[in-house]
Amino acid sequence: MPSRRRALLVLLALTLLTVASLGVALAVGSLFLPFGDVLAALAGDDNTASAIVLDLRLPRAVAAFASGGLLALAGTLMQVLLRNPLADPYVLGISGGAGVGALMAMLLGLAGLAVPGLSFVGALAAMMLVFGLAHGDGSWTQTRLLLTGVVVAAGCGALVALILTLAPEQKIHSMLFWLMGDLSQSSTPLPALGVLVAALLVALPFARELNLLARGADQALALGVAVPMLRRVVYLTASLATAAAVTTAGSIGFVGLIVPHLVRLAIGNDQRLLLPASALAGGSLLLLADTAARTVVAPIQLPVGVLTALIGVPVFLYLLGRKT
Amino acid sequence: MILEARHLSVSIGLHKVCLGLDLDLAPGSRLAILGRNGAGKSTLLSTLAGLRAADAGMLRLDGKSYAEHGLRNAARLRGWLGQARSDPFASTVLETVLTGRHPHVGRWSWESGADADIAREALETMGLAGMAEREVHTLSGGERQRVAIAALLAQAPRLYLLDEPLAHLDLNHQIATLELLSRRAREQGVAIVMVLHDPNFALRHCDQALLLFGDSRHVAGPAAEVIDAPTLSSLYGYPMRRVAMTDFPHAVFVPE
Repeated sequence: MPSRRRALLVLLALTLLTVASLGVALAVGSLFLPFGDVLAALAGDDNTASAIVLDLRLPRAVAAFASGGLLALAGTLMQVLLRNPLADPYVLGISGGAGVGALMAMLLGLAGLAVPGLSFVGALAAMMLVFGLAHGDGSWTQTRLLLTGVVVAAGCGALVALILTLAPEQKIHSMLFWLMGDLSQSSTPLPALGVLVAALLVALPFARELNLLARGADQALALGVAVPMLRRVVYLTASLATAAAVTTAGSIGFVGLIVPHLVRLAIGNDQRLLLPASALAGGSLLLLADTAARTVVAPIQLPVGVLTALIGVPVFLYLLGRKT
Repeated sequence: MILEARHLSVSIGLHKVCLGLDLDLAPGSRLAILGRNGAGKSTLLSTLAGLRAADAGMLRLDGKSYAEHGLRNAARLRGWLGQARSDPFASTVLETVLTGRHPHVGRWSWESGADADIAREALETMGLAGMAEREVHTLSGGERQRVAIAALLAQAPRLYLLDEPLAHLDLNHQIATLELLSRRAREQGVAIVMVLHDPNFALRHCDQALLLFGDSRHVAGPAAEVIDAPTLSSLYGYPMRRVAMTDFPHAVFVPE
């Protein structure tokens, strides 16, 4: 029996997890800072810790949390939209489009905001291409949307491979890091955090209707859900969330696929709780993974996407095996 | 009238399901839709449910068109049971039945204790008491069908539109379901439209019948009048015989 009280308790627990993850992310690194120093720095004290915490670790931590939350939220929405538990935020080609944009910017030697800017443009282009092709004649089937997305993703993959082949050797390293997902370049995390809050605010009022959509479009329509409108809202919200995440952190894998499943296994499939819980859990997971990525083999920084995939693949295979 | 159709024409693709169909469903009436596979029974039913548009004609639910009602208000008045049962994600029986309460619960509200009571009562009515916390995936086909009907009971509409409600049910549950629906019609004045495959059930549990011949022709009228051996033979393309029995009130139709 779904109840608001249980939902609030779960969200409270996940908020505490988020705060704890943030504490660890700010304290741990090449220089360990005691929590007291971290708190003092956050409170505005000017000491050696404050430069490390406020200028280096905090922006990166916020970027990690926002990207992880966006990916998990987008994954949950895509799985409902496509009624397919194996869907993830990248299945409809948005990360592919972002990849082409970002690598193009790097190939042309553009710096600064050009890389995230062009990757966002690429993501939007892929999103509109898929939506236009799958939905152009007014019909809408999950299969058609999924196939269009998969084909556009494959096309983007080919373009990415082409760019990598043509790129001069000294640029390939940063391109690969972008493709694997990397938070070391994210200095402006606030837009992503804003998109996360906005996406939750858009999706949550429709959460109970999403429960019905997950069970079937006709049944949802018969129960009073405005299905065509809801699908557009969900598609656009999930796509923009994905675009914001990959623009901030590159295409980090598996967060958007496994976090919704992990949370679903723990608390059930009520979207009213699942959507905010996935966002918090995904954010915390990526925050911890990124902290590990920059500390386990320090001073070498691992791309965080490699770490999430290394954790994600066995966890997901285990879950999949357990189900059958 | 709960449901009123005038000169309704319905088609799917190039296939004409019916032309100029007139229907009047008063409270308490029960209509059976009969016809061969592919005749368009489900298409007509979802048109009557307002889930797809008719080509022409007028359709009124409780005196207003579906557009005038709006989706939410329509969902409080009519319930629709589709044929397909697919749940890609895990869900308990109680959660599934509670979906029927959706049109009665406000956007910002959660299902109340009263909604849960209604859902549990529906489960009990369908012989599923004690299964509330079971996963839907662990149920048999017939049990899932009964869960779907329970969700419809929880929705508490005034018009029930049921596409093959007896699918996957064993014989005793088929009879129990038909008797439950007849009782609701008699006692609560709900109207029932159901797609059936057995003309004998149509005759025993419905007062009206609509026969779709699959070539845009249809016959509608009181069940006892329109269901006879020659009409059924032509409807199913197979010779049917009427068998009367001295110690049984209803004649039965059997394939030759």
